[in-house]
Amino acid sequence: DTSLAEVNSFSPSMPISPSSMINQYKFEDEPELRDLFVTVDDPESHITAIETFITYRVVTKTSRGEFDSSEYEVRRRYQDFLWLKSKLEEAHPTLIIPPLPEKFIMKGMVERFSDEFIETRRKALHKFLNRIADHPTLTFNEDFKIFLTAQAWELSSHKKQGPGLLSRMGQTVRAVASSVRGGVKNRPEMFTEMNDYMETFSQKINILDKIAHRIYKEEREYFNEMKEYGPIHTLWSASEEDIADSLKGVASCIDKCCKATEKRMAGLSENLLPILHEYVLYSEILMGVLKRRDQIQGELDSKVDALANKKTEKELFSEEIGKLEDKVECANNALKADWDRWKQNMQCDMRSTFTNVAENNLRYYEECLATWESFLASQTVDLHVEEDSEDRP
Amino acid sequence: MEDCLAKKMEITVSEAEKRTGKNAMNIQETYTAYLIETRAVESQSEGQCAPVDSLWRRYSEFELLRNYLSVTYPHIVVPPLPEKRADFVWHKLSADNMDPDFVERRRIGLENFLLRVASHPVLCQDKVFYSFLTQEGGWKDMVNETGFQLKADSRLKALNATFRVKNPDKRFTELKHYSDELQSVISHLLRVRARVADRLYGVYKVHGNYGRVFSEWSAIEKEMGDGLQSAGHHMDVYAASIDDILEEEEHYADLLKEYLFYAEALRAVCRKHELMQYDLEMAAQDLTSKKQQCEELATGTVRTFSLKGMTSKLFGQETAEQREAKIKILEEQIQEGEEQLKSKNLEGRDFVKSAWADIERFKEQKNHDLKEALISYAVLQISMCKKGIQVWTNAKECFSKM
Repeated sequence: DTSLAEVNSFSPSMPISPSSMINQYKFEDEPELRDLFVTVDDPESHITAIETFITYRVVTKTSRGEFDSSEYEVRRRYQDFLWLKSKLEEAHPTLIIPPLPEKFIMKGMVERFSDEFIETRRKALHKFLNRIADHPTLTFNEDFKIFLTAQAWELSSHKKQGPGLLSRMGQTVRAVASSVRGGVKNRPEMFTEMNDYMETFSQKINILDKIAHRIYKEEREYFNEMKEYGPIHTLWSASEEDIADSLKGVASCIDKCCKATEKRMAGLSENLLPILHEYVLYSEILMGVLKRRDQIQGELDSKVDALANKKTEKELFSEEIGKLEDKVECANNALKADWDRWKQNMQCDMRSTFTNVAENNLRYYEECLATWESFLASQTVDLHVEEDSEDRP
Repeated sequence: MEDCLAKKMEITVSEAEKRTGKNAMNIQETYTAYLIETRAVESQSEGQCAPVDSLWRRYSEFELLRNYLSVTYPHIVVPPLPEKRADFVWHKLSADNMDPDFVERRRIGLENFLLRVASHPVLCQDKVFYSFLTQEGGWKDMVNETGFQLKADSRLKALNATFRVKNPDKRFTELKHYSDELQSVISHLLRVRARVADRLYGVYKVHGNYGRVFSEWSAIEKEMGDGLQSAGHHMDVYAASIDDILEEEEHYADLLKEYLFYAEALRAVCRKHELMQYDLEMAAQDLTSKKQQCEELATGTVRTFSLKGMTSKLFGQETAEQREAKIKILEEQIQEGEEQLKSKNLEGRDFVKSAWADIERFKEQKNHDLKEALISYAVLQISMCKKGIQVWTNAKECFSKM
């Protein structure tokens, strides 16, 4: 069920190519339909007189006609990603633009350019670009294409084009003005429901994020104590004869469980923590999208109100109002479709992430179980051997 | 094993009760009393069961009994009492003596103490012990009348006082060294175990937070709702499971604690031997110096400096009669000293012989018990892992249905 309104954006510069209509529906779990693959890797440090910054290699492989080549390799820095995100938001105010990793992390002990920080950021940037690539509309955005293909100097000059600062400011002022008036009055029921949902979701996801971090912290502290626990048994075994082997066995079991705990922690930090963090960001993004839709509605509403007072200029206004009405309809449809898509993806992400958490824990307990069971078997074998040797005269 | 009391008599410490009463200084205090029940083990024909005798004792009476046994049988590694105050606690565990969990674990510890004494080949035959179990009134007076406190050597109370022993028995030195190591390593282990328990508690309990959030989240979800809700329930089960697990682990800690205190008892035997050896050496030294004095007086040669010698040089020699008298006294003392030395030597040899017999018995018991304890620890861990697997398997199923 295709709808032209989805593919159209309000940006006049965006071409509507036939192929974009054909490739309209792309779900992330159908990779065979993909014709664009993006990777982000190879962080490199650059030191200039003014600053130090990191660039990442962005590799694109594509079979699309509108790309001159089938492979591209460019280097981008965090600023460039920020630019892309703001362009996408500008072009598609009621689409859900994926989250970018934050500028810097306030909490935690991760330093700005530590390996851990860079790697976390790289993964997030990779996800960001892939989510755009998988989005039925965003994937055909011109700025996205330029981001993936342009050389550094080309990108800089392209960035300088486009609506100037003043006109952008004008847009912002209008947006703020209309937000003051709301656009909530005539808001369709559906979007009120979305708002309510998002408020609760946002609350819960933030709490979950905190819980997950607490769990990680507790596991780490448990790991730290366990590290000391095993070796004490080894130390004790040095003073003993008969029970030295048993003590060493226990020491070895505890050490193995300790390593298994480390793996469990790694699983959390590689999977659950980033995903929950992303959805914390997503909840902010979605609240923003809903607000922007309300603003667009607000523009229409205020014009309609103005018309009610000025009966003489009715014709002039009606054309404007017609345009605004189209704008609102497009915005609503775009948001609705993207919302459904987002919800589906969210469900998918949550299901796989939490299933992974459960699997992680299962693996941990199974490993520990095997360790202790084998120790127990070794001890009871000894007992039997002792008993046998006692029976013999 | 010879027929010890434990085989003839069933002993249990079955109850604990809070009491209030006036203590020795006429001040009102609260204490716990423990019910000791005993029943003769006879070949029981159908339906015939010996009657149960019972009496109440408080912890201080147990202490008195143990002190008596330690003094009366210095060559025996006397079983230790459970700790007086809760030590090595992790944060959730109460350090309060009146805490019901602590009282319960102490009850078990006291029963264990009585069983240990009752199954000891030497200690089980002691009359004072038997009365402790069977005679309610007047037991305290009876113990005090044995006069054991007089036998107690106050020097032993100074734990770290060193007696400079010239010819230490190598075996006892090694044993004392071992008991120090055992004490040190077990207390270190117990401390870290308590910290590990604390952390483990934290990990499990934090998971409990999932339950409520999942439940609240499920309210706004249509398809994910059921999966979230039921997964949350499993997280609650997971969080709750740690309480029983750590409760059981506390019993394991108690097993280790017993041997921590046993190390102290072992050390005490070594110290008593050290003291005996010291007394022996002192006595021998004293005898040697007296013999020397005697010789000097008899031959008139002064080999060693003495103030008497100097004064006699300054103020003139003693008369022959005075010298004779002195020699006679010394000869008497020397004879006494030689007899004492002989008996001390015998005492020493007996002590060493019987002490080593008990130490060997103790070593076997220790190796057996500690091995069993380590096995029980493994069993605990296995049980914990199995519970974890069950919960997370259930949770996984719920998550996969979201």
